[in-house]
Amino acid sequence: MENTIKAIVEKYDSNKGFLVPVLQDVQKELNYLPREALDLVSKFLKVSISQVFEVATFYKAFSLEPRGKYQMALCQGTACHVRGVPLIVDHIERTLEIKDGETTEDLMYTFETVNCLGACALGPVMVVNEEYHGKMTIAKTDKLLKKLGKEGNA
Amino acid sequence: MSDKVNLTIDGRKLEAPAGSTILQAAKDANIYIPHLCHNDELKPYGACRLCVVEITHRNRTRIVASCIYEVAEGLEVQTVTERVLNVRKLVIELLLSRNKKSQVLQDIAQKLEVEKSRFELDIKGCILCGMCIRTCKEVVGVNAIGYKSRGFTREVATPFDETPPDCIACGSCAYVCPVDFIQYSEKNGVRTIWNTEFPMQKCTKCGRHIAPVKQLDHFKETLNLPEDHFDICLHCR
Ligand code: FES
Ligand code: FES
Repeated sequence: MENTIKAIVEKYDSNKGFLVPVLQDVQKELNYLPREALDLVSKFLKVSISQVFEVATFYKAFSLEPRGKYQMALCQGTACHVRGVPLIVDHIERTLEIKDGETTEDLMYTFETVNCLGACALGPVMVVNEEYHGKMTIAKTDKLLKKLGKEGNA
Repeated sequence: MSDKVNLTIDGRKLEAPAGSTILQAAKDANIYIPHLCHNDELKPYGACRLCVVEITHRNRTRIVASCIYEVAEGLEVQTVTERVLNVRKLVIELLLSRNKKSQVLQDIAQKLEVEKSRFELDIKGCILCGMCIRTCKEVVGVNAIGYKSRGFTREVATPFDETPPDCIACGSCAYVCPVDFIQYSEKNGVRTIWNTEFPMQKCTKCGRHIAPVKQLDHFKETLNLPEDHFDICLHCR
């Protein structure tokens, strides 16, 4: 891990101002921000660990917990909400047996609700690993989950 | 451009250095504006909003935080108007909702004739003024503590909520905290702060405890002092 972090930090000339992009790259590489990685970022970038921790906990895009291979973000913005998102939330939570914001134990799925994704016309919208799925229904959700290898038992 | 500007505060004509704040100018003229998160040793920050004043600039009035608003030529400042008092009352109510017990806050509330806060909150006492964090960073220079999370869940925390590795146990954060929220104690040669026990160094002559070992080490390192510099306490020198 040491070398990975070092390479990332050096890519930004060890410039403190690039703390956020550095963390983004680290998260992309490791899929979350393990504590060890944050300590290394602090060391190589010469930014105090308290500051690294502050930034890492400030942005929702950063996660200090391991995340699943498939990251699903379901929009809960107004437009999506009125088109039945609460039911889909329920359905996903029951199928994956996790709550909003959690990751399955096998580290396959992370499910969270987010606010307006900016594609209201397509609502309800769900993003799975950066791929947008519009006009979601329970049936479509099921299909998608099946494609990702999760058979519903509910 | 001259480096002085003319302004009036509560009708008094004053001169203040360009680039300074209203609060500073008022202080220099012995005009009191209540404030909680300002300290002359720290950079202007503007977190508590208690220091609001009403300004008139080119016929427009506005409420601004005096500790971060720069003086300007021709600026008219009123430190006590109905509008100002209304805002201050609301601010103290909001602050009180985060810490009902603080004597400092209660005293301010009393002066503003606020009996109690209308807002009920389940927060333990930190008003998030950032004095501790800023002092740790700007004055002590160790950056041991910071904020965690944001919005409603924001709090002051040590990294990972554990023993802060950079902390030298100087206690400055507890000292500047306006609402006495940071727990700090010293007993039997141990200083406890941020849930961590820091052993203190004994004077080799009289045996009195001088200061936490980590703090003395920090001084030795930053000031390039000899290793035995703090072996003897001030009294025994
Ligand atoms: S409300 Fe869901 S994309 Fe806007
Ligand atoms: S003193 Fe100005 S905002 Fe706190």
